[in-house]
Formats: sequence, structure tokens, C-alpha cells
Amino acid sequence: MDARTQEFVEYVQSGGQVEATDWMPDEYRARLIKFIEMHANSELMGVLPERDWILRAPTLQRKLALTAKIQDEVGHAQLIYRVVEDLGKPRQACLDDLVSGRSKFHNVFHYPTRTWGDVGVIAWLVDAAAIISQKALLRCSYAPYARIMKKICWEESFHILHGRDVVLALVTGTQEQFELVQEALNRWWEPLMHFHGTPIPADEDPMLFWRIKSQANEDARQQFLDGYVPQIRELGLEIPDPALRKDEETGRWLYTEPDWERLRAVITGHGPASAERLAFRRLSREDVAWVERVILAEAA
Amino acid sequence: MRRVFEVFRQERKGQPLQHAGSIVAPDERFAELYAREQYGRRQESAALWLVPREAVLEIGDFPDEFDLKYRRVDGYSIRERLREARERASSARSASAGAG
Amino acid sequence: MSARTDLLLSIADDELILGWRDSEWTGIAPFLEEDVALSSIAQNEIGHARALYELAAAELGTSADELAFDRRPAQYRCAPLVQLRRLEWARTIARRWLYETADEIRLEELKGSDDGELAGIAAKMNREEAYHRLHAEMWVDRLLASEEGRRRFFEAVDELWPYALGVLDEGLRSELRRRVEERLGRELPAAEAIERGRHEPELVELWDEMTMVRRSAPAGARW
Repeated sequence: MDARTQEFVEYVQSGGQVEATDWMPDEYRARLIKFIEMHANSELMGVLPERDWILRAPTLQRKLALTAKIQDEVGHAQLIYRVVEDLGKPRQACLDDLVSGRSKFHNVFHYPTRTWGDVGVIAWLVDAAAIISQKALLRCSYAPYARIMKKICWEESFHILHGRDVVLALVTGTQEQFELVQEALNRWWEPLMHFHGTPIPADEDPMLFWRIKSQANEDARQQFLDGYVPQIRELGLEIPDPALRKDEETGRWLYTEPDWERLRAVITGHGPASAERLAFRRLSREDVAWVERVILAEAA
Repeated sequence: MRRVFEVFRQERKGQPLQHAGSIVAPDERFAELYAREQYGRRQESAALWLVPREAVLEIGDFPDEFDLKYRRVDGYSIRERLREARERASSARSASAGAG
Repeated sequence: MSARTDLLLSIADDELILGWRDSEWTGIAPFLEEDVALSSIAQNEIGHARALYELAAAELGTSADELAFDRRPAQYRCAPLVQLRRLEWARTIARRWLYETADEIRLEELKGSDDGELAGIAAKMNREEAYHRLHAEMWVDRLLASEEGRRRFFEAVDELWPYALGVLDEGLRSELRRRVEERLGRELPAAEAIERGRHEPELVELWDEMTMVRRSAPAGARW
């Protein structure tokens, strides 16, 4: 490592922040682009599982809240892709790589949404898991990314409210409505346990080395379990993991080891809805390609 | 043409406008509408400023090679001189008390 | 049902179904900034529908949600223009623009109404619609500015024109024609209006989808 890079590493590791126009090592830039691009991809692909339910929301209030939530996610994709663009990778290149499967998006968006129960569980628990990761990014060494995270976290907090409200309405409704939530929780639990990634030790995680991330994967998962297991259980819902319990001595949650091989398969595009989602994104992008051409490219 | 507009946002009247992010739009009309939606749809802004990126002039270095620190607060070692002044004043007082 | 309630429901159904159709773009609009903007417009339209349904519901002894979801497809009074499913982008803009132009004429009438409540809500709606018109107009300008955009847009307007006429009562249609022709600088074909009251198969499909969750629990269930 040359002296300039060494100095940079010490600077970011001691809490220093970097701006778009500052010098940065190539490796740092490349890691930022890859990580932030995947975040943007996830916001954009995260729209699709919920989008079908925009047309099916059962009251006007739910319709409006769900549309607003999905709108927020598109807005997040916009903000985050802008950060990637300023690091040197244009939005069109990001979208090309996304639809051709060259770049990744988050595991939870590779799964189908089967019922209205999924809409509640996703908005409540997937967004809760996401807000934990995103709050940790408020301390990211790359300042433009850390700054937009404030707006993103603020908006995510509405989603959790909306999701929890949908879930509360269902668990206090008919037996069938309660079961919609339980059944959705059963299907979403494994993806939720995968959400924060493999428990890679902090001192081996390059994202922590560059202080792009500031929280180890397992710490994020523990924070999620701490916050949400009691909230799930108090509604009379059962979490589908008989081994799940808190070790009172260490304060850590114990759980059945998730199938990490499956996580790897899912995020490399072999999830139950991966191919369908990418095909849909590709087609809808082709349908409107002329608009970008006419409006953005050719206009005076 | 694809233009980048930097967006500055004022949260409440009286507060400074702070950089909020940027948007891409074909022209100023689109930019206005898109910024309004992206940064104000929840009534979270009292005002927005939109600035075409090419209009931003950035200054990022402020050399001070010859240590002209009289222009900064750390340019004044008040504490040492203050201690000396107080000591002198107190010994003057005790001297005049002794004489009286 | 009074003529007033009938009118309220016609406008509310227009706004509801157009909002539902525009929300089909959420997540897949031509670019991200536009996606966010169009989604707000869809939400506004549905907000208008809700306010109008509430007025009608007071007279009918029901609720906005029941009016929005619990009628049969044949009972909806929306113009066929808004029933058409998500159209490709030039048609989406053409529909938005034709609808907003027609709606402005309709709201101008309503604002002058002797019925204070009706005039008040029309004035309130018009303030938001002004913003929708701005959005539509800026898109029209952009499309007209290029060869390809103009071709696509004129094609879309010609196709949707008979539907647009159906949004307004007969007496207001010549004014709509005048405004559209003036703005586009070209004459529109003579056309028979596709009248309100006709139910496109696409409306029935939409209704099936928009009510499927709600119908899955007994009436009165909480959501």
C-alpha cells in the first residue's frame, strides 16, 4: 500500500469522511460503486414484489399508503443511483448491468408475494431489517452516501408504521386474516434471517476496513432480533424457528443456522422469482426506451 | 440533453439551505417539478434552491503556508498572557498593601 | 339518487379509475424522477375521488370505501377514457393531457355552481389539477419538440379523441375541441364520443383485481 493510500485508510478508519471530488484509492472507489449500486438496484427491484398489490389494496387509505411507500422506494433508487453516477458509473450502465444479471440486488426481492399478508410483513419486517442497515450507513466514510441516508431512513420509518398497521388490522380481524400474516411470516422468516448476510468477522470484512459499513453483519441481525422478535410474539404470531431464543448470559440471540448456500444462490439470480423479476424489468425498460431517447437525449 | 441540478433544501423558514442531493432533468421546468416531488412531497421543505451543476464553482483548498494564524482563534495564546497579567496585578496589590 | 349525487359519483369514478390506472406506472415509469412525479399525481386523483365519495356517501348513508370498492362494475359511472389499462407512454401522456383539459372545463363549470359545497370542492381540486396540467403541458411540449415524439403523440391523441369527448357533457365538447385544436395547431378528426356508461372489458378486469383482496373476507372485515 502506497503512503497516500495508507494515509487515506487511517483517515477513514478514524472517522474521516470523503467527498465526491476528493482523491480516493481505486479500490475504495470500486468497492463504493459496487456496494452502493447494489443498494440502488435493491430499491428499484424492491418495487416489483409490492407493485402488484398497488392494484389490489383493499381500502382507499391502504391504496394511498402503499403507493406512497413504493414511490419512496423509487425515490430512494433515484437518490442512490445519483451517488453512483457521481462516482463514475452512469445510471444507464447500472440499469444495463442490472437487467442482464451482471450486478446484484438484495435477497428479499427475489421472492414472490403471494397474499395481502406479504404486503404487511414486507413493509413491517423487511423495512425494519433494512432500516437497521441503513442507519448504520449514516456513519459511512463516503459523505454523499451518508447524507442521503438521512432522508431514506426518515421515509423508511413511515413504511414500518404502514406495515405494522396492516399487520395489526389483520391479526385483529377474522381467523383467515390472522392466518394470512402467520403464513406470510413463515415464508419470509428465512429471507429475513439471510437479510444481513453471512456472519463474516468484522476484521475480515473489507467493507468495514474502508468504513463503508460500520456495523458487522451479525450485529445487525442481533439488533433486528432484539427489536422485533418481542413485537412479533406479542401479536400471538409464531416465529418458525424452534431454536430461536435469547441467551440471557451473553445477551445474544441463538437461532437455527440459516442455509447460507441458499442465500448465495438467491442473490446470484437463482431465487424463486429472480428470472421473472429481471425479465419484467427488462421488458418494461424496453417499452419506454424511446422516451429517454426522445426526451433526454435529443431535446435541445 | 440530460442536465444535473443540485438541490438545496430549507427545512424551516429561517434555517440555512443545505445540500439535499441532485436530480436529472431535461430542462428547468422538469427540474422544478421533479425536485418538488423528490424533496418536498411530504411537506418537509420550506424552500428549495435548484442550481445547474455547471453553475457551481467549487473551492476546496485553503492554503496557509506561512502560518498567518492571527486570523484564527488558535492564533492567540491568551491563557499564558492572562496568567502573567493576573500575577502581576496581584503582586502589585500585595506590594501596595504592604506599603500602606 | 339525486342528480347531484349522480354527478359526484361520475367525477369521483373518473378520478378513482384514472388514479388507479396511473398508479400502474409506479415503479416502471420511463425514468426515476418521472416515476416519483407521476405517482404523486395518481395519489392526488385518488384523494380527490375519496373527497367526492365522502360527499356522496353522506347522502347515500354509506362510506367512501364502500362506494369505491363494493359496487358492481356496471354501477361505475367513469368515462371509458379512464378505463383503458396502462397505455404506452405517449398514450399515457395523451390521456393525462386530454383528461386534464376536459377536467378543467368541467371544474370551471362546477366552481360557478350555486351549491356551495360542490363549488368549494371544485375549487380545491382545481388547485391540485393546475399542477397536473403543468406536468401534462410540459410533456406535450417535449413530445412536440421532436419528430418521433410528435408522431407518437399525434397518433395517441387521434386514437383517444373519441374517448376524451365522452368525459364531458355534450354542451361542453365544442369547447374541448377548440382548446385541443388550438394547442396542437391542427384539426382533429370528426368523431362520435364514446359515452359515459359504456363499460370496457378492461374495467371489469380492473375491478376484479382491485376488489380481490377486499372480497376475500366477509363484508365488514377490517383491512
